[in-house]
Amino acid sequence: MTSYLSLAIWVPIISGVAVVVAGRDRDAGTARWIALLGAIAGFLVCIPLYTHFDNATSAMQFVERRDWIPYFDIFYHLGVDGISVLFILLNSFTTLLVVWAGWEVIKSRVAQYMAAFLIMSGLINGAFAALDGILFYVFFEAMLIPMYLIIGVWGGERRVYAAIKFFLYTLLGSLLMLVAFIYLYQQTGSFALDDWYRLPLSLSTQVMIFIAFFAAFAVKVPMWPVHTWLPDAHTEAPTGGSVVLAAITLKIGGYGFVRFILPIVPDASHYLAPFVITISLIAIVYIGFVALVQTDMKKLIAYSSISHMGFVTLGFFLFNQLGVEGGLAQMVSHGFVSAAMFLCVGVMYDRMHTRMIADYGGVANTMPKFAAFMMLFAMANSGLPATSGFVGEFMVILAAVQVNFWLGFVAAISLILGAAYTLWMYKRVIFGAVANAHVAALSDLSRREFWLLGTVAAAVLLMGIWPRPFIDVMHVSVVDLLAHVAKSKIPTP
Amino acid sequence: MNTMTFNLMAVLPELVILTAACVILLVDLFLRDDQRHVGYWLAQFALLVALCVTVKTMHIDVVRVFHNLVIDDLIADFLRLFSFVAVSLVLFYSRTYLAVRGLFRGETFVLILFALLGMQVLITANSFVTLYLGLELMSLSLYALVAIQRDETAPVEAAMKYFVLGALASGFLLYGMSMIYGATGTLQIDLIAQAVLGRADNAILLMLGVVFVVSAIAFKLGAVPYHMWVPDVYQGAPTAITLLIGSAPKFAAFAMILRLLAGALGGAEGNWQGMLIVLCVLSMTLGHIVAIAQTNLKRMLAYSSIANMGYVLMGFMAGDVTGFSAALFYIVAYVLTTLAGFGVMLLLSRRGFEADQIDDLKGLNQRSPWWALVMLLVMFSLAGMPPTIGFYGKLLVLQAAINAGYVWLAVVGVLAALIGAFYYLRIVKLMYFDDPVDRAPIEARADTRFLLSANGLSLLLFGILPQPLMGLCAVVLVQSQFY
Repeated sequence: MTSYLSLAIWVPIISGVAVVVAGRDRDAGTARWIALLGAIAGFLVCIPLYTHFDNATSAMQFVERRDWIPYFDIFYHLGVDGISVLFILLNSFTTLLVVWAGWEVIKSRVAQYMAAFLIMSGLINGAFAALDGILFYVFFEAMLIPMYLIIGVWGGERRVYAAIKFFLYTLLGSLLMLVAFIYLYQQTGSFALDDWYRLPLSLSTQVMIFIAFFAAFAVKVPMWPVHTWLPDAHTEAPTGGSVVLAAITLKIGGYGFVRFILPIVPDASHYLAPFVITISLIAIVYIGFVALVQTDMKKLIAYSSISHMGFVTLGFFLFNQLGVEGGLAQMVSHGFVSAAMFLCVGVMYDRMHTRMIADYGGVANTMPKFAAFMMLFAMANSGLPATSGFVGEFMVILAAVQVNFWLGFVAAISLILGAAYTLWMYKRVIFGAVANAHVAALSDLSRREFWLLGTVAAAVLLMGIWPRPFIDVMHVSVVDLLAHVAKSKIPTP
Repeated sequence: MNTMTFNLMAVLPELVILTAACVILLVDLFLRDDQRHVGYWLAQFALLVALCVTVKTMHIDVVRVFHNLVIDDLIADFLRLFSFVAVSLVLFYSRTYLAVRGLFRGETFVLILFALLGMQVLITANSFVTLYLGLELMSLSLYALVAIQRDETAPVEAAMKYFVLGALASGFLLYGMSMIYGATGTLQIDLIAQAVLGRADNAILLMLGVVFVVSAIAFKLGAVPYHMWVPDVYQGAPTAITLLIGSAPKFAAFAMILRLLAGALGGAEGNWQGMLIVLCVLSMTLGHIVAIAQTNLKRMLAYSSIANMGYVLMGFMAGDVTGFSAALFYIVAYVLTTLAGFGVMLLLSRRGFEADQIDDLKGLNQRSPWWALVMLLVMFSLAGMPPTIGFYGKLLVLQAAINAGYVWLAVVGVLAALIGAFYYLRIVKLMYFDDPVDRAPIEARADTRFLLSANGLSLLLFGILPQPLMGLCAVVLVQSQFY
């Protein structure tokens, strides 16, 4: 048996440690190169996960199972199905981007910066691959530590506030989830997710567990009204931090819904679906309006992330094939698009040191190549067909219409809203006359930035034009998940 | 049960420490000031010998000797081992600190060894008399150690508070013991356990006795509302002595609870479980909330210790072997973490400068990334974040509470942990996000650096591979017949 998943977890972590050990702060060059090699290696070891993946089965693949803490029946149990494998690839890809994006930009404590991202990448892969509750929890919690440091050390002005808020919000949810985990352990005598899937539970217990899980994952997604940590964290984090937060860590929240909430407490999920759908719609529409009035580009993209993630939770709680697949596709797409948007803001911020929309104007005159790239990403963010943003949103809206026309109608309205805030921001920043001397002095993309944005642009277009490889991977797993969720777990007396 | 009553093998580690303390006391008279390290190394050597002797004489079966005054079981052996290691690390970490303050003297080592001896007697007690004797020997030595800088006001004040409140607690304990003696007619722990199980008469008297005993335990452990001495003593004592108080005596306190509640009063669980729940909830919440307001690092860690002892009580509250082993693991994790935390504080202190304000940690990452990392691990371990050892401590006690049917207590526990995370995060913030104020180079002896690094890494290592320690805690308690 091959241990690709262990490699996907430990290669980045070990390279991260190597970066700190070998690349002292004085010697930033070494640190950068080791980090880049580590990130490339981390991506390469993930490729077999896709090429050797069997689309025809919903069973866990690349399974590894070793004793870890026999005292508690905790196993080092890894495996991926069609739902999780894409996120591991997405994460390793994003890590590569982040290391590359921080190449010249980060000047202080380079080794620690690179190491934090690499270690976090390994931990995130672990969270996506873990099939044991405690193993998942360890990865899920441990990734807060590097992110806390990334926001706090390399962040903007209000970084301390943002970092502590981010940490405590996330911790509150996950601690309640821990109690739920232990409760499930009491009931089954095991921390294995498989055993939890099979455990019959009364509706009232399911609702309690649902609340505990929901506290953890809704904060992570984030759903309205527990989203307030996100604009702060995204805005204050350095570019790389925003990219990883938006592209990956939000996805762990969404992943938690399909891996934990739906299959473990299916009856509570059905019972509370109207509630979740309502707050998802509020997120989509209300947060869309909030995004419209932002003056800070990063904040605008942060709010647009919340709105886009609303589609994800909406799709999941429609309980049909199209909705769940649409939600997952939306997550993958949002991983590319939000990463790209934050990278674009990062490119401008590195030159101008401001994120305010009002400080820009007419950037297209001095940075034509950049303007073209950003055009593409802005279109993808508004869900234009032939970009990745279209696929997920369209599928979710179709699914919503199948359930209830007005549900689909409200969700569809937000497409207009998304186009409005993104394109209006684009217009104010990129078009028009050159606003001031700083903009006039801008230089266009460097070669590094060109290839960086070019890579993401290729991914966005690929998924938009030919989404089948992405959908095929998840299809069987989603069918199986829905079949499981449709069965009641309430014990018959 | 071994029927031999006069068996020196069972108390050999105690004899080693006693002999060493007396020898150092004598030898120190003949040493010049520049030879004080002889006493130091003698103490370290004695600890090593005691460690080897304990390992060598370790056995699975439970032995009671000296007319059943002393018990030698596996848990006693392990608690002794842990105490030796802890005291040895205390000596290593505080060597420079003591030296520059003129405290690197024979009486310091002698008092530390006598305190250790007291802990050992307490750990091996099978009778209320022995238990009380050990407790007093330990406490009196610690009172003296707190006041060892006798021309400074803060330590003397701290010692005074410690002494008065400690004496009160001892009084409580004796009072409670006398009632239990009245109710059961014996002072011997295993006989009390049988009497408590067997008889229903004298229930009121027994219950009153339990109340006083639990109060005394709460005093010694520093649980709310008997916690008042902890912050003052932690802050007032020289940091090296704070380190001592925060480490090895926690094992002794564990032994005290184990022998009294699990051993003698195991049958009266209904009487003490409710009290422990109250102590546990108050300690966890109040300890963590008040810690937020502190600016003195030692005082903050004192409140953190109060809160952490609340989690230990959560394990005990469960009242079964799962709970006891959870509490034991928690104590081991806590002591290991505390040792590293105070170790870094001692490292940052130098002649005429006490690194005891939280602001003294500012910008530590720029001064020394390595020690900042160690302190980071300490803080996240105290906060119970994976992948550090502290997480598994929390996991075990929460599991014990849920296992005993107290899901709400577990929820209170995690909410308190969330409050706690705030001030631990603030320390990390100071170290990593802020710029240093104090830029003095950090110097330390090679042995200190090595041990402190190993200590810090052990927090991570046991966090990644907790099974050996977890399994050990459970096996030891089962073999010692606590189930």
